[in-house]
Amino acid sequence: MIETAVQSPNSMSQQVTDQGTHLPTVAPTEVPAFKVQNLSIWYGQKQAINDVTIDIPSKTITAIIGPSGCGKSTFLRCLNRMHELMPHTRVEGKVLFQGEDLYGAGVDPAAVRRRVGMVFQKSNPFPTMSIAENVTVGLKLNGLRKRSLLDERLEKSLRMAALWDEVKDDLKKPGMSLSGGQQQRLCIARAIAVEPEVVLMDEPASALDPIATMKIEELIGVLKSNYTIVIVTHNMQQASRVSDKTAFFYVGKLIEFNDTKTLFSQPKEKKTEDYITGRFG
Amino acid sequence: MQSTPGNNRRWRTIKSAIVSALSFIAAILVVAPLGFVFFHLVRSGAGAVNLSFFTQLPKPVGEAGGGMVNAIVGTAELLGIAALIGVPVGVLGGVYLAEYGSARSNRMLRFIADVLNGVPSIIWGVVVYGLVVLRFKSFSAYAGGLSLGLIMIPLIMRTTEEVLLLVPNGYREAALALGISRWKTIVHIVMKTASKGIVTGILLALARVAGETAPLLFTAFGNRFWNHSLREPIAALPLQIFTYAISPYEDWHRQAWAGALVLIVGIFFINIVVRLLTRNPAFRVL
Ligand SMILES: Nc1ncnc2c1ncn2[C@@H]1O[C@H](COP(=O)(O)OP(=O)(O)O)[C@@H](O)[C@H]1O
Ligand SMILES: [Mg+2]
Repeated sequence: MIETAVQSPNSMSQQVTDQGTHLPTVAPTEVPAFKVQNLSIWYGQKQAINDVTIDIPSKTITAIIGPSGCGKSTFLRCLNRMHELMPHTRVEGKVLFQGEDLYGAGVDPAAVRRRVGMVFQKSNPFPTMSIAENVTVGLKLNGLRKRSLLDERLEKSLRMAALWDEVKDDLKKPGMSLSGGQQQRLCIARAIAVEPEVVLMDEPASALDPIATMKIEELIGVLKSNYTIVIVTHNMQQASRVSDKTAFFYVGKLIEFNDTKTLFSQPKEKKTEDYITGRFG
Repeated sequence: MQSTPGNNRRWRTIKSAIVSALSFIAAILVVAPLGFVFFHLVRSGAGAVNLSFFTQLPKPVGEAGGGMVNAIVGTAELLGIAALIGVPVGVLGGVYLAEYGSARSNRMLRFIADVLNGVPSIIWGVVVYGLVVLRFKSFSAYAGGLSLGLIMIPLIMRTTEEVLLLVPNGYREAALALGISRWKTIVHIVMKTASKGIVTGILLALARVAGETAPLLFTAFGNRFWNHSLREPIAALPLQIFTYAISPYEDWHRQAWAGALVLIVGIFFINIVVRLLTRNPAFRVL
């Protein structure tokens, strides 16, 4: 406990005050992966996210649910600065990632995205590349050259994405030759190959059949031990199956955020209850 | 109801027959000149296309035989210089339009490119004459290649832009989400995905300028001999055809026909390569 306190500058300053005032030391809780404070996002004149404050814990699966158009994707994309690829977006408030301000001056969005990866709704393997190239392209273009290391990461990523056994003899085949569900797992392998700390997933299974969906859900459960996962889904069953924490968004606002079990069994807000009981959405 | 269903059907059948007959005639009118030109070229020129046409220099007036090897090589050199100028500028311009430019600057650039595409090619010759030939006091391969390259730029720019815009945004986002920088994403993901389309645009632009004569009159000028330096006037197939065709000599006329045939077959060949690139599923990217 003391060791961790010494390593982290934040808790170190705390320790000094503690010693000075002789207060009993508080057990340090796990630092959240993201501390989002009063976040608002606009597309031109249209406000998509309205004053959201939330702490997303590390090494857990956080689901974001809410009716379509409520700002789930927008919120997710601002956790790795992807939303700014759209023209005329504006952000107010703070997003702290491991204590660092993601929107601070001099922060390189590419460096952020290397640590906070993303998987999209529509699987999108690069069409000119083989299965193997799809997985290693992020490493190669970020400067990793060594053959043996690339091969090692290739196998590791495909294994983690539960795809290795299905493709190990076809690594040279085009990524596009795989089935829809396999393509999505290939995209997950591609995302984790660069060894990010967080994987954001925007409705990763919404275009897949039930069996492929199940595989992805299993995979997400396994990834949890190594990664912080934030998953957007409009499927409440999916949220309750896979996630530890669930956040309910409604017209750009965070209505409720709690342990998944609690949120689905004893929602505090009337809106949440209406939504999870299927009264709208 | 003015007519019975039976009548109505017959009238519709007749209308349909008339329209399809008219479109068939229109289609023939489009294809016929091409067939006619090609047939005429083969009939008048094939006789003079022989080994010496591809291996010998033009003979002085009065002497029979000789060939156009210097013009064939000259055209290749001019196209090479044109490509060195037109391809990088055109492709980078297209990349700017598709990937970087703001809506406002793009509208202006597209308008300029479209205007340039419509400029008569002789104007490019005059411009290069003024800028290069007068300054260096000599017609040259450089000047000829430059005038062709300038024609290629707006052509390549627009086709490159179009094929880059066909690349789905999902690929850009996927690459950027891996922490790959913007320019590497453009070069290694977007342009690679669109590479067949870009190459097609380049080949079509080359095919288009390969037959240009007017801009070369003021720039490359033509040369009856081998040119030993790119700073000297250089022969080109279209120029040679032009010179031979307006000469009073029967023998030169035959050679002009042969040159035209070779030129057309060459351009035809480029178009076939383009077709293969865009059609064969093995090559299909876009
Ligand atoms: N690129 C955009 N330009 C303008 N408005 C947008 C854009 N993307 C999303 N929006 C708007 O922002 C709101 C939130 O969208 P989004 O985050 O995609 O919702 P969700 O993922 O929950 O369906 C919607 O009202 C949508 O119309
Ligand atoms: Mg969405």
